[in-house]
Amino acid sequence: MKQVQSTMAGTVFNIVVQEGEEVTVGQTVMVLESMKMEIPIETETAGKIAKVDVQIGDFVNEGDVLVTFE
Amino acid sequence: MRKVLIANRGEIARRIIETCKKLHIETVAIYSEADVNLPYVKEADSAFLIGPNQVQQSYLKVDDIIALAKREGVDAIHPGYGLLSENADFARKIEEAGMIFIGPTPETIETMGDKIGSRQTMKAAGVPVVPGTDEGVQTLEDAIEEALQIGYPVMLKASSGGGGIGMIRCDNEQALSQNFVSVKTRAKAYFGDDVVFLEKYISDGRHIEVQIFGDTHGNIVHLFERNCSVQRRNQKVIEESPSPNFPQHARERLLQAAVDAAKAVNYRNAGTVEFIVDEDNQFYFLEMNTRLQVEHPVTEAVTGFDLVEWQLQVAKGEHLPVTNQADIQSTGHALEFRIYAEDPKTFFPSPGNIKSLNWGSLNGIRIDAGYEEGNTVTPFYDPMIAKVIVQSESREEAIIKAQNFFSSVKIEGIKTNVALFQEFLGAKAFQDGTYNTAVLPQWLDQQKGGK
Repeated sequence: MKQVQSTMAGTVFNIVVQEGEEVTVGQTVMVLESMKMEIPIETETAGKIAKVDVQIGDFVNEGDVLVTFE
Repeated sequence: MRKVLIANRGEIARRIIETCKKLHIETVAIYSEADVNLPYVKEADSAFLIGPNQVQQSYLKVDDIIALAKREGVDAIHPGYGLLSENADFARKIEEAGMIFIGPTPETIETMGDKIGSRQTMKAAGVPVVPGTDEGVQTLEDAIEEALQIGYPVMLKASSGGGGIGMIRCDNEQALSQNFVSVKTRAKAYFGDDVVFLEKYISDGRHIEVQIFGDTHGNIVHLFERNCSVQRRNQKVIEESPSPNFPQHARERLLQAAVDAAKAVNYRNAGTVEFIVDEDNQFYFLEMNTRLQVEHPVTEAVTGFDLVEWQLQVAKGEHLPVTNQADIQSTGHALEFRIYAEDPKTFFPSPGNIKSLNWGSLNGIRIDAGYEEGNTVTPFYDPMIAKVIVQSESREEAIIKAQNFFSSVKIEGIKTNVALFQEFLGAKAFQDGTYNTAVLPQWLDQQKGGK
């Protein structure tokens, strides 16, 4: 199953996609806040989002699944 | 004052412990789970776990920190910078609990912490402020109207913002419309308050600030300026004193304005008045930081004073160590470099384990480090791992000394901006001292273009 994983540990600051949405390669799916910086997380694969696995305010670690594709 | 609790972490906790040791004051440190192995925890006379990693559950727990301080029989609390240092509620509760807050009064923190309120206070005191709105702007429509009056480009700022967060430059109505809601949202998320206002954007401006100090006997002095214009993401990277390319008559007016600003609020303890200075050396008040700054060692280097010692002395109710302005002299030149755990090109954070940390030649170089070899830089806090302070007779010599130093630094396990300093120190705009706050982003663009 295709997923977007977190590239670093941080807090979910903003989620910019919704379940059911079609995204393209390079599109920002969410913004993490880490070490006083906002870091956009981009998807490396295109597809339809089945599930957003985190909520705003969640703390995620590197490698955690943020978004799962259909 | 026999026992001080340090409500902070990393290099600044270590810095405060050092001066306390010198003065035979006992120290109490607090730490989160992630910080248990950091040097400051070992160096304090006693150290207590305050909570889990996230700051909301550890370093920002006002009541837990005060309860610990009481239990440990502490006389005073030093807040360091960041975290609770500009939290008026924290300062007030410490005083209500019968202890000393090492900093200004809660009222001063409140007045200056609100950017709109501090602009009004400074205007009334005759200190020039950046043209902008006198009150917060409520709606986008109001903001657009005000921006037309002020003239683009404008800075959209959160009244409660700080540390480079909650401000954005808007070049036109479209940019203002795009950013209005997001700046409000960020301000709410980071600072718990979404009031925003507009200021004229001073293009090609330099960020020059003045160190001031006050005691409880009405004495206020300045300890000269620091130029902090080398920035990325509105956050400082290199600071220096004296400011290059700044005529003496302008410097004298700036220093006097800072003293006037401090007098207007009857300032106590260490503070910094930040100004933006334009190409014609006209300056405007930006904000006042009611705490010890990260870059205070630059001032210590040129004046020869220990500013933490000054803070402790003033907090005890004593006079400033030097009350006659003429007795405070600035000698030579000092540069400070902030070493961040980050990618030197993208500036993205790079947490991880510091596998090796070799500063190389330390001849005449001061290093204030929060970490040592084997420590892990965790993603929960600021990415700054150390500060490097270089001092010499002249600016030219200080730059050469810094270049030699950075060519010998080796840090492995995390990415750092050491590589950036190795190259940027040779940049013409930095070397000739004519730089402004755009220097680092512009230089990086040129590097990209050149490859």
